[in-house]
Amino acid sequence: MEQEILIIRDLQKSFGETPVLNGVSLSVRQGEVLVIIGPSGCGKSTLLRCLNGLEPINSGEIEFDGKIITGAQANWNLVRQKIGMVFQNYELFPHLNVMENILLGPLKVQKRPKAEATEVACGWLERVGLLDRAEAYPRELSGGQKQRVAIVRALAMAPEIMLFDEVTASLDPEMVREVLDVMLSLASQGLTMLIVTHEMGFARAVADKIIFLDGGSIVESAPPDIFFANPSTERARRFLNIFEFDEDKKLGVS
Amino acid sequence: MLDSALSVFTAGRNMARLMEGLGVTVWISLASVGLSALIGIPLGLIMASPKRAAAKAIRLYLETIRVMPILVLLFLFYYSLSKVGINLTAFLVSILVFTLWGAAEMSDLVRAAVTSLPVHQKESGRALGLTEIQVSLYIVIPQAIRRLLPGVINLTTRMIKTTPFVFFINIPDLMKVGQQIVEVSGVRDYLASVWVYGFIFLIYFAICYPVSLFSRFLENRWQSG
Repeated sequence: MEQEILIIRDLQKSFGETPVLNGVSLSVRQGEVLVIIGPSGCGKSTLLRCLNGLEPINSGEIEFDGKIITGAQANWNLVRQKIGMVFQNYELFPHLNVMENILLGPLKVQKRPKAEATEVACGWLERVGLLDRAEAYPRELSGGQKQRVAIVRALAMAPEIMLFDEVTASLDPEMVREVLDVMLSLASQGLTMLIVTHEMGFARAVADKIIFLDGGSIVESAPPDIFFANPSTERARRFLNIFEFDEDKKLGVS
Repeated sequence: MLDSALSVFTAGRNMARLMEGLGVTVWISLASVGLSALIGIPLGLIMASPKRAAAKAIRLYLETIRVMPILVLLFLFYYSLSKVGINLTAFLVSILVFTLWGAAEMSDLVRAAVTSLPVHQKESGRALGLTEIQVSLYIVIPQAIRRLLPGVINLTTRMIKTTPFVFFINIPDLMKVGQQIVEVSGVRDYLASVWVYGFIFLIYFAICYPVSLFSRFLENRWQSG
């Protein structure tokens, strides 16, 4: 078994009076792909955002690489270089071209030599099929291309873990696939990933483990085969039924 | 006809005087726009910050100035400052009034440019490990400037083309000089007003149109998406 790279212990988070995460505990092994699913507002995005300090937590702790990264002496700038994140709405910097977007972190945060960082960036761009768009500005790219650049931008920092927060939720259906393919290839290459998604087929294909979150707690945690075929809780079953119904309806129309 | 036009400009020091008038116009514009930026930018940043009381005070100033005709402000300051013992030349009064107006408009432009940046842009920078200072330096400020410049240029042309109001407090700007020339030359040449004001029209066009074109150029170039 690979080593546990990320351990979350009894994480509590609330927005004002509203509790969002009620004691979430989970651990992620090196190279593992966790897919977090659950109804809207169940706290899945918040969970990801707590992991790189975009949301302060109320209590509990997060251990990363054997060190506690939460608490008073938290150094998020350091942690964020090792835990990359991709957002739903890409959030590329519109005033920078593709290459400048990608190089900002490696050059300004990690102070890597430009030639070396550029080479790494080109390698990633080539892998996602966008090397010829290196000079393009975000406004000139399609949604799917933007999201692939956003993934490369995070990967260029050579992170140990990648967080994906509903990265296909804003995309037109025909662009979803190109982004998911990139993620699948990263998973098969052994990158540790935490993915929040509503794409159930993709979740099934990519995940080592499915985490079903509801009402701010982990309701079920199981390998995808077991979770999708035979969920052990009533809540998970009801949640999956929603997708079954949607699936049937789509079939009926087409 | 062309002779009559030429004679209006060649008579006496007419052309030189018009150029001096242009100098006054340009000076008032440049000084007012520069001072407006100097004062308006910090005011705008305060408005964009969470300092509620200060932001409200600036907002009140902004709304007051906005609804006030510039001419009223010019007269008010020109005729009443001296009554309370403050003696400013008409030239300084005009710069003061235009700056009061420009700084108010500028502060609102700055506020809008800073607050319109989606919060996710900052988060996205933070998620890369950038420090707060780096986020401001590489993400917030460059985008704010791009959002700001077209508005600032637009304000600049508005200020330039509002300067002829200084005519009414007897500043020898382009317009005032033009009117003086027309008064004298009009006696001999009934078309003098056409030539002189036509010339002034062309000068304002020559100043403002390129500025306006430049603004459109920047907007196209920086259009974000």
